[in-house]
Amino acid sequence: MKTIVIGVIGADVHAVGNKIIEYTLTKSGYNVVNIGVLSSQEDFINAAIETNADIIMVSSLYGHGEIDCRGMRDKCIESGIENILLYVGGNIVVGKQDFTEVKKRFIEMGFNRIYPPGTPIDEALKDIHADLGE
Amino acid sequence: MANYLLIDFGSTFTKLVAVDSVESEIIGTTSDFTTVETDISEGYQRALAKLFSKIGKKIEFEQVIACSSAAGGLKMAAIGLVKELTVEAAKRVCLGAGAKVDLVFAHHLNQSEIKQIFDEKIDIILLAGGADGGNFETVVFNANALGKAGIKIPVVYAGNKSVQDEIIEIFEKYNMDGHICDNVMPAINVLNITSAKEKIREIFLKQIIEAKGIKKIESEINKVVLPTPSAVLEAAKLLSEGYLEEPGLGEIVIVDIGGATTDMYSICSSSKRSDVIIHGLEEPFAKRTVEGDLGMRYSAPGIVKSLSEREINFINKDKGVDIVNEVNRRYANVKLLPENTHDEFIDQFLGEMCAYRAMHRHCGRIHEVLTPMGKVFNQTGKDLSDVAYVIGTGGVIINSKHQYQILRQTTNILHNPSELRPNDPEFLVDHNYIMAAMGLLAKIKPLLALKIMKKHITQIRGNQNEISK
Ligand code: B12
Repeated sequence: MKTIVIGVIGADVHAVGNKIIEYTLTKSGYNVVNIGVLSSQEDFINAAIETNADIIMVSSLYGHGEIDCRGMRDKCIESGIENILLYVGGNIVVGKQDFTEVKKRFIEMGFNRIYPPGTPIDEALKDIHADLGE
Repeated sequence: MANYLLIDFGSTFTKLVAVDSVESEIIGTTSDFTTVETDISEGYQRALAKLFSKIGKKIEFEQVIACSSAAGGLKMAAIGLVKELTVEAAKRVCLGAGAKVDLVFAHHLNQSEIKQIFDEKIDIILLAGGADGGNFETVVFNANALGKAGIKIPVVYAGNKSVQDEIIEIFEKYNMDGHICDNVMPAINVLNITSAKEKIREIFLKQIIEAKGIKKIESEINKVVLPTPSAVLEAAKLLSEGYLEEPGLGEIVIVDIGGATTDMYSICSSSKRSDVIIHGLEEPFAKRTVEGDLGMRYSAPGIVKSLSEREINFINKDKGVDIVNEVNRRYANVKLLPENTHDEFIDQFLGEMCAYRAMHRHCGRIHEVLTPMGKVFNQTGKDLSDVAYVIGTGGVIINSKHQYQILRQTTNILHNPSELRPNDPEFLVDHNYIMAAMGLLAKIKPLLALKIMKKHITQIRGNQNEISK
């Protein structure tokens, strides 16, 4: 069974979407490790190491996603999980910015999949299957 | 008529407590130096002779039970994967089992770490790593590394259950003394203490006490049942929870300042608030922490080590002492007993520092996160705010003329809002130094042990406004 670590990064307390993601991914046959809201980069990485996770799926709803996610790939490399897949979604930046620009910046930060606001988690499922070779 | 004799073979003193179960009362307490280097029964016999002369006659005991922290106590190495997760879980299990955690290692072991296991004369290794179904590569690597290095001391495996079979094969291949139990952290942030803790106690009884020279005395006593700190933890749990119709004291904290360590115990839930989000590894209801660098003698230098030059100068000027010289004197002569008011003054001050620092490390932390709906609180560790009692034990507190001044150091005297220290507890003292003994008695006569503790663990000495809130 493939393992996915989920949680809401930074000082972000939006808890509802996180529960929906847990439900959907569990129902789709994944071992979901939910570290909840107010989670630091280290919390995600530590959980991923101990559980041998395949994907870290970061949610950010309150607009500070870019600051909160900066340096996360570097920490993964330092921690020996350099090959882990990093997904991010929610409302990752403030307001209505041009998403291709946003996406570019997150790709430079080492994220593998970046989702615009309003993307339901079901849409990400086909990417998960593809990325995990299922 | 039924009398019980409870013995604590401590690192320095062998302490005896005799109890009369009919009267529910202490018959007498005595102590003498522990003689583990020669024959442990010598010190015991001397203490026993003192006891009989104190009572005025020889008496028979229905049962004689002992705990021990002699010959260095139970020395353990805790090995895990990530520092905040399985390493921390492994450490907590060792502490809960009454061990001293001399070595703590994360990730792949290297040769110098394995060498330390030999050099430090570790008694038992706790090997953890990986949630169930999670990382297994590291524990397998570490088990192999220990095997190849020729480790023959007991190794308790409490890591990822998915590789138990591989671990058993490694144990067999290298002829190791391996023991398998449940994962200390089966899932992220879930702490599972019981199985590994029981295994450690079992090994302690079967193998370790023999190596510590305590087996020699087995003909004279019924059994050695626990490492001393574990006996104190049992006593603390009983005193907190009560037994049958006899109520306990509720949520409590115990601070035990010794020569080599300061131990802190809290018997309470992590939080009672609904407006906090709790982070990190689950906290045990009965939690013990040990500060190996905070103590009155062996570890006195540790108290000043973390101070800056400026702080040391300030203390010297403020108190009119040479604090570095004083801690070194105590380190050089660990049997030093205060002979004058100056020595008492310094011991009092060191005791206060130990209590303050040990609580600083034991208690949880809280941070505010602002939202339009009001404040949300992010908590790590245990919230001790509502603890009803803080109980002091150990020589410096018991003998202090200003017990209040030491115990109040566990509360939030510096008004740091992020530290979840006890808010407004009552202070009690284990005046007769009976907690470890009562933890032993609790194994056979819990009600009796509880009644005696409630009778003898009482108000602090001091002036009235210190005693009553
Ligand atoms: C309820 C709510 C709150 C509640 C949260 C209560 C709680 N504990 O959950 C409270 C009142 C506390 C709150 C506070 C704030 N909020 Co608010 N909040 C909302 C609101 C109205 C609904 C959020 C919700 O639950 N949606 C329902 C769930 C199911 O959807 P979701 O959270 O979006 O999650 C889904 C998708 O985003 C997606 N998804 C999420 N993560 C990921 C990850 C991946 C990889 C993928 C593929 C998909 C995915 O899947 C999820 C499930 O379907 C939204 C507006 C809105 N309609 O979305 C604003 C909103 C999120 N909040 C916002 C803001 C700004 C705040 C505050 C900063 C201040 C403020 N102005 O209110 C604070 C921040 C507090 C903090 N420290 O986190 C903004 C964010 C703006 C931005 N990013 O540009 C929003 C969008 C409102 C707005 N339009 O201004 N908020």
